[in-house]
Order: sequence, then structure tokens, then C-alpha cells
Amino acid sequence: MNATIALFLAQDGIINGAIYALLGVALVLVFAVTRVIFVPQGEFVAWGALTVAALEAGTVPGTAWLLAVLGLAAALLEVVRERHAMSVAKVAVMVVRDVALPFALLGLVIWAAPMRLGLAVYVLVTLVLLVPMGPLIYRLAFQPLADAPVLVLFIAAIGVHFSLLGLGLVFFGAEGFRNTPFLDMSFPLGPMMVKAQSVWIVVVTLLLLAALYAFFERTLLGKALRATAVNRLGARLVGIPVRATGRMAFALAAAIGAVSGILIGPLTTIYYDSGFLIGLKGFVAAIIAGLASYPLTALAALLVGMLESFSAFFASAFKEVIVFSLLIPVLVWRSFAAGHHDDEEEE
Amino acid sequence: MSAHILEVSGLFVSYGRVEAVRGVSLSIPVGGIVTVIGANGAGKSTLMNAIMGVLPSRGEVLFQGRPLGRSLVEARVGEGVCLVPEKRELFAAMTVQDNLQLGAYRLGRSAVAGGMEEVFARFPRLKERRGQLAGTLSGGERQMLAMGRALMSRPRLLMLDEPSLGLAPLIVREIFRIVTDLRKDGVSILLVEQNARAALQVADEAYVMELGEITLHGPASQLAADSRVIESYLGLGARH
Ligand SMILES: Nc1ncnc2c1ncn2[C@@H]1O[C@H](COP(=O)(O)OP(=O)(O)OP(=O)(O)O)[C@@H](O)[C@H]1O
Ligand SMILES: [Mg+2]
Repeated sequence: MNATIALFLAQDGIINGAIYALLGVALVLVFAVTRVIFVPQGEFVAWGALTVAALEAGTVPGTAWLLAVLGLAAALLEVVRERHAMSVAKVAVMVVRDVALPFALLGLVIWAAPMRLGLAVYVLVTLVLLVPMGPLIYRLAFQPLADAPVLVLFIAAIGVHFSLLGLGLVFFGAEGFRNTPFLDMSFPLGPMMVKAQSVWIVVVTLLLLAALYAFFERTLLGKALRATAVNRLGARLVGIPVRATGRMAFALAAAIGAVSGILIGPLTTIYYDSGFLIGLKGFVAAIIAGLASYPLTALAALLVGMLESFSAFFASAFKEVIVFSLLIPVLVWRSFAAGHHDDEEEE
Repeated sequence: MSAHILEVSGLFVSYGRVEAVRGVSLSIPVGGIVTVIGANGAGKSTLMNAIMGVLPSRGEVLFQGRPLGRSLVEARVGEGVCLVPEKRELFAAMTVQDNLQLGAYRLGRSAVAGGMEEVFARFPRLKERRGQLAGTLSGGERQMLAMGRALMSRPRLLMLDEPSLGLAPLIVREIFRIVTDLRKDGVSILLVEQNARAALQVADEAYVMELGEITLHGPASQLAADSRVIESYLGLGARH
């Protein structure tokens, strides 16, 4: 291996690491606020890329239909479940927000899809379709289980993952897509060529991480999310609506997943089931950081990305094995560390 | 509007098969201080948690004349009910300042600055420690923070579960002064205290709770003179 190859691999590692960092941070966020290990995170990545691909092809993405169906299901379920505590006003709000709005959106997409309005519009539409799915999935699958143990929530998350995977196959087919890059150019950096799309990914990632940091440290709503994570009962006692913060966390996770998918869509071919493996690597990073620290998760993600790209070069057949084996020493070390700090970590 | 801010009637709360509160009725006049005294395990905390909506209960709870029904804790906070629970439930991994800010969550950001000034004026100790994580505070400082966080929400009905637990006498006096001050601002208070003597001194009305039931009720001064109360809860007579 020479320096050029090393640089090339490092570039790859940084890009992958950036995406894993976003996904890892989203997983930590969702887990902290709702105790759900958000296995379907990867589906949002795949759908982000595939929804843009469908729009580029001038077709109606299946996700537009799915949003309408999910909205209808969530509204129906909630009316049935909470019929004793439902006011007319509340039902009206739900009908507008969960049923009318998604169907209006679907109509709009069907009408506008053949017009090919350009990449910026596709990205916007993709986000508008995918972000509300996060809270809808939370309401359908996890809110009713809010007080269940972590294991039950995890099993529910796996169930959701498989259903979404199946829906992805129905909507997008088994075919893979590669999207048009935002910036189709490259420039030389030392001995190698850097794709502008790669720089774009790193910049967007850094901006998103900075925005998330500011949100959690500076805004009352961000602090309310952290408070829900730290002490759920305490949060309720100061009047933080913990269901709403749960939905908020899922919306952020859906947004982060969709953005990741939109970013990597032009760099690699995405299939309906590509998301899981990508999400899993974000998960590895989150686990290395103990599902708790955002900065540590981002760092670990960079490590995972680097390890992946270098092992792809040295032992490409074992690339995934090497990345996932990283978990073993980390977990062993964590279990030792936990043994010593048991009493301190209560609360 | 009724003269009572809170009216509880026939309240039952159970943990599985064990009934910890059995048919309790109690009411708190607007701007009044009511205390519930009783031995350990009598069901005082359970009663408060049920009123707050933390625990499910049977029976009727009227707040400002309207039934609270099955509304969520966070909705009750929105109406102006606030509980300082026995275990305080602070945000351990967040700073003193963040804890206080979140106390005003239902009022929004605009209420934060003024409220914080007031709390710091009452508890200068918290001002010194405002950048410290709540989980690293001393026991007494934690109590002050719990009280401060509750005051930030400007409640109409404040329920205090043993607010003086583990505090030095000077701060205990401050807590009781706050309780009487709050009454002047029209806040109604439900107070549970191991220090029954002090509680009966500040309260207008008192209830005695035994094994989940109310056994005595009357003006606080009258109960303070009642021989059964003196014997069981004020620690005289029992010693001979
Ligand atoms: N989570 C629980 N599960 C089962 N039983 C409980 C639970 N919490 C309280 N209890 C029981 O209910 C009864 C009333 O408890 P509660 O905490 O209300 O008493 P208390 O009057 O506040 O006592 P103290 O003065 O010691 O704080 C006790 O017998 C207690 O053991
Ligand atoms: Mg108690």
C-alpha cells in the first residue's frame, strides 16, 4: 500500500464515518428519550435514497402512499384506544393532521411527479414524506408500549424493521438505484481526486451535528428532550409531555436517516434492503459509546468508517466481520468497567 | 367557582392487591394550607401521587371544581398542580440552572429569567452552584433545588412530600417561610411532614391518616391539642 491508496481509503473512511456518526447519534437520541433501540433506522436511509430516485424517474414514490396509510392507521388506532378521553376538537386535529394532510400530499406528489421539478424539489419532497413517518411509527408501534421493558420495545422494533423492509420491497422493487450527485465534479487534493459530493457529505454532517448540539444545549425544547431521557417521571412532573418528546425524537431520527440516504444515494447503489447494514454500523458506533454520549458516538463512528474502508482493502471478504468484531472487545471492556462503577451509575 | 381548589372524595389507590389508600376524602380551600400527618407507610405519598396522576386511582378528584378524571400528569401540571415528590426526581445529569429552567417548562422561556431570580433570592446556595450537575449536589442542596424547581412553575396547588427531610434547621425555617409566603400569593398547599409539630403550626387544616384511611380531621390548632395526636405524632406523653 502506498500513500495515495492510504489517502484514498481514508477519504472513504471519513465519508462512511460521517454517515455512521449521523445514524449513531440518532440511535442514541431515540434510545435516550424513548428506550427504543431504533432498528428500522436503516429503512429511512434506503427510502431517502430511493424516494429521490423515484422522483428523478418521474414516478410517484411508494413512500407517498405509505405516509397516507400510516397516518390513517395511527388516527384510527388512537381514536379506538382513547375514545374515553377524546374531545371533538382533538379528533378534528387528528383528522386534519394525520389523514387530510398526508392524502393532500399524496395528491400533490401524483400531480407533480411527471413534471420533473429538479433535485432540490425532490430532496424537499423526500424529507416532507419521510420525516412525519418517524412519529407515526412511534405512535403506532411504541407509544402503546411506553412502559414496557427495553427488551419488549426491542422486539417491537425488530418487528417494525421487518414490516418496513417488506413494504420497501413492494414500493421500490428489488432493483438498485444510484442517484444524480448534487455537485458533479472533482478536484485534486495532493495526489488524489476528491469528489465534491464527498466534501458535501462531510460538510452537511458537521452542520447537522452542530445544529443538534445547539438544539440540545440551548433550547428549552432540546433540554426537555434531554430531561425526558434523564428522568422520565421528573420530566412529567414539570409538565413535559413525554409522548410528544418521544415523537419529536422519532421525527429527528427519521430526518437524520432520510438525509443520510439522500447524501449517499449518489455515491453507492442503494437497494430496498441496503439500509439495515448501514444502520447497523451506526449502531456499532452507538454501542461503543455506551448508547449514551453523542460526541463519543461520532468519534466511534469515524473509527468504524476507517476500519471498514481499510479492511475492505486488506481483507475485503472479511470487511463486515472485522467491523462487527470490534464490538467484542468493546463489550468485554464495558462489562469490566461497569462492574467497578455499579453504585455510581444508579439514579 | 367553589371555595375549594381541590376536593377528593372516596379515593382508592392500590398496588396490585394491596390497597394503600382506602376511601380517602379531603379538601383544600383556595389559598389554604392543609397538612396530612401519619405514621410511615400510612399512605400519604401514595395519596399525593394519585392526586398528581402518577398513580391510577378510583374515586373522584375535583380541581377547581372540574374532575381531573384520567388526565395525564403533564396535563395536570398545565392546570397548575405541582408535586415535589418524596424522591425529588431531579434531572441528575443536568445542571442546577437547567433543572430550574425546565421547572418553568409549561410557562415557556419568558417566565424563566424572573422565576430564576426569585428562586436564587430564596436559596442563595443554588445560585453559587448553578453550573453544577444536580446529581452531585449535597442532600440539602437537592431539596432546595426540588423546591426551587417547583416554584418555577408558579403552581396554584403545591403538594410537598416531606420538604424538610434532611435539611439543617435554618433551611427548614426557610422552607416553612416559603410555605406561608406562598399562601399570601394565593397558592394552596398540601403538606406532608414527619415534623408534625411544625406542619400543624403553619397549616390551617389537618388530616390524620392511618393505614390508608383518614381517622381525624379538623382545624390544625384543634388537632395540635388533641390528646391522640399529641400521643402518637407529637412525641409527648408517649415517652412518659
Ligand atoms: N410501589 C409500591 N408497591 C407496593 N407497595 C407499595 C409501593 N409503594 C408504597 N407501597 C406501600 O403502600 C403503603 C403506603 O406507602 P406510602 O409511601 O404512601 O406511605 P407514606 O405514608 O408516604 O410513608 P412515609 O411516611 O414513610 O413516607 C406502604 O405500606 C408501602 O409499603
Ligand atoms: Mg411518604
